[in-house]
Amino acid sequence: MIHPSGCRIAAGNQRMKKIGVLALQGAVAEHMRSIAAAGGEPVAVKQTEQLDELDGLIIPGGESTTIGKLMRKYGFMEAIREFAAQGKPLFGTCAGLIVLAKRIEGQEEAHLGLMDMTVARNAFGRQRESFETDLPVKGIEDPVRAVFIRAPLIKEVSPEVDVLSVYKDEIVTARQGHLLVSSYHPELTDDYRLHAYFLKMAEEAAENR
Amino acid sequence: METGTSRVKRGMAEMQKGGVIMDVMNAEQAKVAEAAGATAVMALERVPSDIRAAGGVARMADPTVLEEVMKVVSIPVMAKARIGHFVEAKVLEALGADYIDESEVLTPADEVFHIDKRDFTVPFVCGAKDLGEALRRIQEGASMMRTKGEPGTGNIVEAVRHMRLIMGQLRKVQGLSKDELYAEAKNLGVNYDLLLGVHETGKLPVVNFAAGGVATPSDAALMMHLGADGVFVGSGIFKSDNPEKFARAIVEATTHYQDYKLIAEVSKNLGAPMKGIEISKLDPSQRMQDRGW
Repeated sequence: MIHPSGCRIAAGNQRMKKIGVLALQGAVAEHMRSIAAAGGEPVAVKQTEQLDELDGLIIPGGESTTIGKLMRKYGFMEAIREFAAQGKPLFGTCAGLIVLAKRIEGQEEAHLGLMDMTVARNAFGRQRESFETDLPVKGIEDPVRAVFIRAPLIKEVSPEVDVLSVYKDEIVTARQGHLLVSSYHPELTDDYRLHAYFLKMAEEAAENR
Repeated sequence: METGTSRVKRGMAEMQKGGVIMDVMNAEQAKVAEAAGATAVMALERVPSDIRAAGGVARMADPTVLEEVMKVVSIPVMAKARIGHFVEAKVLEALGADYIDESEVLTPADEVFHIDKRDFTVPFVCGAKDLGEALRRIQEGASMMRTKGEPGTGNIVEAVRHMRLIMGQLRKVQGLSKDELYAEAKNLGVNYDLLLGVHETGKLPVVNFAAGGVATPSDAALMMHLGADGVFVGSGIFKSDNPEKFARAIVEATTHYQDYKLIAEVSKNLGAPMKGIEISKLDPSQRMQDRGW
């Protein structure tokens, strides 16, 4: 994998970080393109065995009910919890955010249940209410173009969770240690800064491992 | 803050990729579809095979069907409007449908003009038999495409024909020289800039699903191999002996379309799929794929 800049390896003479994109359902190709553009090596993940070689994992947008079902069916729940327990970072966008949450409003069962927050699904309404907007994100210099599609919201977070951005008083980007989530879709734009941010998390995690 | 942008409309279809969208006729079927892992449902009064059997004019469903289905599932709900019938489409938008299928399964309301889909906040999916037709719909504002296939037949042959043709034409356009693109744009009846985009990427600018005749898990996997981004299953599921099991099997075969052992496993003891129709036995007037242009 060669970065568009022509560099074969990431800065600091490290091995280029391998970032998996969970490829059960959803916008997988877009995340892979964004990771490659941000200087990482993307891997489409369909089997739990593939997790071992990764430095980080993205759970993409899609339908959280479908992704959750397929994750259970193919042993990804345990495998990803173990992956996270090793301190390897996870990034969930939209459906991926729901999959990572400890609590889902109106639903008894969470999916991975890793991140200490309560989320509401389809919090903006139906598709006709979906929108895009410029959104300031803590740690990123200029606003990012955020595309919200039948998006979830973070209704409540524990003190361990760092709120990175709010939209109309609601939390839409957050981080808890090695877990990063956004209710919108950075993978649908040509702005790769959030992916670069995640790559940096993967690099830091690898140094500390 | 902007709603209904092309990114928001096309992005919604991107989120459906690798998924199965199922036809449902009531709240109960919608729940079965969601529980089986469908990424969306299409709310209908009758599935295509019943429309065939009933004959007469097929129209937009009774709004109560859509409302009932929207009430019980959290996944997106799609609905069909007749080709060219922009009022049916506006009604569906007002009801809150998440996606509108301007569909040849219903009796066309206009034989010349398709709906101006740019005039809507809600996104549209349309059917196509070839690249020109797909690009003409995209030009009119469609945010997602699907093969037409031959709906309600349980026979995959037409969907295969359409997908193979579209993929082949994409490769051809990619290989043309820039000056050849002008003539090709004229041949296909599409605008040059749109075709230039296809030439540069080798892909349609929107997601393209398979539809029209998917009846088994292997059918779904076959379409994924041929380049489909996902699958619509119409009559196939709720016309089979065991819809719940059938729906789950199709979802898994679509996700793991390259894992033949898994497809074998999920295909076991599914019961009879829908009976199906041999295409050559179909009277030309009954061919839904010939509706629209």
